[in-house]
Amino acid sequence: MAMFLDVLSWILLTLGGISVLIGGLGALRMPDLYTRMHAASVTDSLGAILVLTGAMLQAGLTLATIKLAAILLFLLLTSPTSSYALASAALIAGTKPLSEREQPEGGKQ
Amino acid sequence: MTVIFGVFLLTLLVITALAIVRTENLFVAVMLMGIASLLIAANFFILDAADVALTEAAVGAGISTVLFLGALALTNAQERSTTSRKLLSTIVVVAATLVLIFATFDKPEFGDPNSPVQTHVSPWYLEKTPEYIDIPNVVTAVLGSYRGYDTLGEVFVVFTAGIGVLFLLGANPGVGAGQQAREINSGLRHHLIPRVVGRLLIPFIILFGLYVQFHGEYGPGGGFQAGAIIAAGIILYALLEGEKRALEVMPQKFLLGMMAAGGLIYGGVGVVCMVLGGNFLDYSVLSSNPVKGQQMGIILIEAGVGIAVTGTLLSIFHAFAARER
Repeated sequence: MAMFLDVLSWILLTLGGISVLIGGLGALRMPDLYTRMHAASVTDSLGAILVLTGAMLQAGLTLATIKLAAILLFLLLTSPTSSYALASAALIAGTKPLSEREQPEGGKQ
Repeated sequence: MTVIFGVFLLTLLVITALAIVRTENLFVAVMLMGIASLLIAANFFILDAADVALTEAAVGAGISTVLFLGALALTNAQERSTTSRKLLSTIVVVAATLVLIFATFDKPEFGDPNSPVQTHVSPWYLEKTPEYIDIPNVVTAVLGSYRGYDTLGEVFVVFTAGIGVLFLLGANPGVGAGQQAREINSGLRHHLIPRVVGRLLIPFIILFGLYVQFHGEYGPGGGFQAGAIIAAGIILYALLEGEKRALEVMPQKFLLGMMAAGGLIYGGVGVVCMVLGGNFLDYSVLSSNPVKGQQMGIILIEAGVGIAVTGTLLSIFHAFAARER
């Protein structure tokens, strides 16, 4: 059982690490602010959930698990809020989402 | 492992510092400074300096960012480009860097048990704290009792800084603050998500602040951190519900009173110690049992510190906000 939990937690931690990496790559490579935020949200949501759940399995039934759960709850509440604040601030500041017709110049960046 | 993490964090810190110097948009610079504070806080934490890390995270990454943003709202977000005297400033910076690098050669090795830091007074603090004060967190014992004069000085510095900012910003507390605040933007009332989440979180932020305040004897924490956290909670309230509502809860007069009361509580404990026959800030005489007396004294002066820091930070925030009309 302990072995199983250990393996499961490492799988979760690895998947979490991969999703954080994907989020980071997306934040670098996506064409405009809104798609970049969309990519970065993978880090906030999926990455945080996977990593923290993995860490909780490592900690077992201790005070650390409760603290990790509290952190997870806090992140799940605050990161959508900050995403909302960022997107709305960008929209108010006049940043328009890219539409299909106006591709960014130079293709990639 | 500590070394790897340390090198990683410090490298990120250097990159952030370079980015701060290079950027011309001051909003970007403020955000990067928040990141720099968080990085150095993480670095303090892996070096087991949890108290300092908590302070740095609460004050450096939290409150300073808000205050900087408040200041930026009053000025221009773009840095004025200064091209003159570039050579002179480069020479000064290079010379200072060389001196600093030269000084690092004399520093003891990382974790060297024979370094002065480990051999001077620290062993005495670690050995005698259980006997004299009997609280688990030696940092609080040092800060509150052994170096109580220094901390009193810090409270006065905080107080003086608050007074200075209030003078500079020309806020007229007590008389016009309520009317001034009336016209200020009504916060983020039309933004539903931040308001709901903020309302959910503010009680917990303040509860956590109180925990940090009164748990300072047992774990990392104390008045400075708690003051910053509680002030952050109330600033969040002011941002969400508008200045006016926040000033109704805690009027500027009350905040000024808090600023002064913090220092007065701290100094008053010292005077009471003298009246009871001890030295200034020698808490042992506060109770018939010297150890109990020390614990009482530390709790009282930490409360003073927390009150002073909360009052000062909120006064500064309101002073900035009152100018933003």
